[in-house]
Amino acid sequence: MSAWEKVELARKQGRPTAKRYIDALIEGFIELHGDRRFADDGAVVAGIGWFNDMPVTVIGLEKGRDTKEKVARNFGSASPEGYRKALRLMKQAEKFHRPVICFVDTAGAHCGIGAEERGQGSAIAENLMEMMTLRTPFISIIIGEGGSGGALALSVADEVWMLEHAIFSVISPEGCASILWRDVQRTKEAAEALKLTAQDLYAFGVIEWIIPEGEGAHVNSAKVFEAIREALKSKLAVLCKKEIGELLETRYKRFRKLGYKGE
Amino acid sequence: MLKGLIKKSGLTLEDSIADYSKPMPSIPDEICISCISCKQVILVQDMLDNLKVCPKCGYHSKLSSHERLAITFDESTFTEWDAALESKNILGFPEYDEKLATAKKSSGMKEAVLTGKAKLDEQDCAVVIMENKFMLGSMGFIVGEKVTRAFEKATEQRLPVIAFTVSGGARMQEGIISLMQMAKTSGAVKRHSDAGLLYITVLTDPTTGGVTASFAMEGDIVIAEPDALVGFAGRRVIEQTTRTKLPDRFQKAEFVLEKGFIDMIVARSKMRETLSALLRLHGGVKA
Repeated sequence: MSAWEKVELARKQGRPTAKRYIDALIEGFIELHGDRRFADDGAVVAGIGWFNDMPVTVIGLEKGRDTKEKVARNFGSASPEGYRKALRLMKQAEKFHRPVICFVDTAGAHCGIGAEERGQGSAIAENLMEMMTLRTPFISIIIGEGGSGGALALSVADEVWMLEHAIFSVISPEGCASILWRDVQRTKEAAEALKLTAQDLYAFGVIEWIIPEGEGAHVNSAKVFEAIREALKSKLAVLCKKEIGELLETRYKRFRKLGYKGE
Repeated sequence: MLKGLIKKSGLTLEDSIADYSKPMPSIPDEICISCISCKQVILVQDMLDNLKVCPKCGYHSKLSSHERLAITFDESTFTEWDAALESKNILGFPEYDEKLATAKKSSGMKEAVLTGKAKLDEQDCAVVIMENKFMLGSMGFIVGEKVTRAFEKATEQRLPVIAFTVSGGARMQEGIISLMQMAKTSGAVKRHSDAGLLYITVLTDPTTGGVTASFAMEGDIVIAEPDALVGFAGRRVIEQTTRTKLPDRFQKAEFVLEKGFIDMIVARSKMRETLSALLRLHGGVKA
């Protein structure tokens, strides 16, 4: 499958979005709203519930299923208040010693006047800093699109997993082709050049696990949910046993090693 | 001071100003330019004497990282860190090798950031200065590595950090690895902060994208130069997406100050004394 075909599959209408994962994996989910500063951002679905016998905090970037919901959720593109809601719930998870599980699916942080006025850059920056030292186990799963800083703002985790046909990129292929080459005709070429597939990211050491999905999560959703359930069960058991200092040191090193490979 | 620096770098006066204004027909022995902002004719000499700020309208033109170093920190106190590190085309991205070669030539630097240790008004600090002429100050893995190391060294040596940012954002030719530098640098800033140390950022024109959404906005004190563009999404992209014409002042430092995301706007002529006063307030030594 070419990189561009993966991009299309990652964005495919009917592919399970964050809420489907929450419904399938979390029992007794209670959604919590608002950033306590400005508003409640529909692009971020967040709350608490049971993963097996363990209370967890779950945060998802939700694109929405039908047109009406897509509009209400701004197509999964969060504004500063969405990132601040996510951070508020992460800090709450830390306070109550609950692991954090994120489901990431976004074309990117919302690009608009209000988002700039309310400090989109500042909101993402604060999340990056705070996640790095969040004193509780943290797993992030890219289920569809991992769009740049808007996806990273929920993914400074102990482990990051990706679905087999998910993508994670510094910029969309369209944006890359248009900015670098001033030519959207070269979008497919940009998709290849950006090395944005789960397989590429695994090779770079950016993610720990590729979740198999066969022809696609929209066809095999039950199998995908089961695979994630099993993996979360065993990984959370390991992470929850770790001493916090060691957990944070490992998290820091996870990102510290990315890029530079020695003199 | 700037004139001496320009001579040392081997550039002509015309080269050093070429990026911000158009040289005008020379008056004998003097070179005139027109200010990119107010369009008035000014003597290059006056511009240089005024720290490259237009003496007529106050427009702050861009400085190279070495010029910034020279006008901000005490003379001959700078020790550079990690000077040898340089980027590679890790993804085999088309045309990136050529771009890196051009950037090295036009900036005289190996990467888009200068890091090290210096004194400011006799106070020790770690220094991070980004370079606009190197691919618009974009953050690739070497920029991320150098910034991270600067914060780690500052934490070890218990130094405050002063960072001057100018950036187009994450460097897309390095794909996901460039994005990860946002997390990496933020982690190092957090450790420095948790150690109780001071971090001051000075946002210069333009500071955008992944740098705004990471270490540029993470200072204890965030300063901007007058008129500097500070934002996350690009202006053109927002205009295209929202189909609106944005007001001129949108994302300008004054606008961002009004919205509450920076502490103050400081003119270049007052920058050194402002930074010095802030350092003293955190070092416990009154001047």
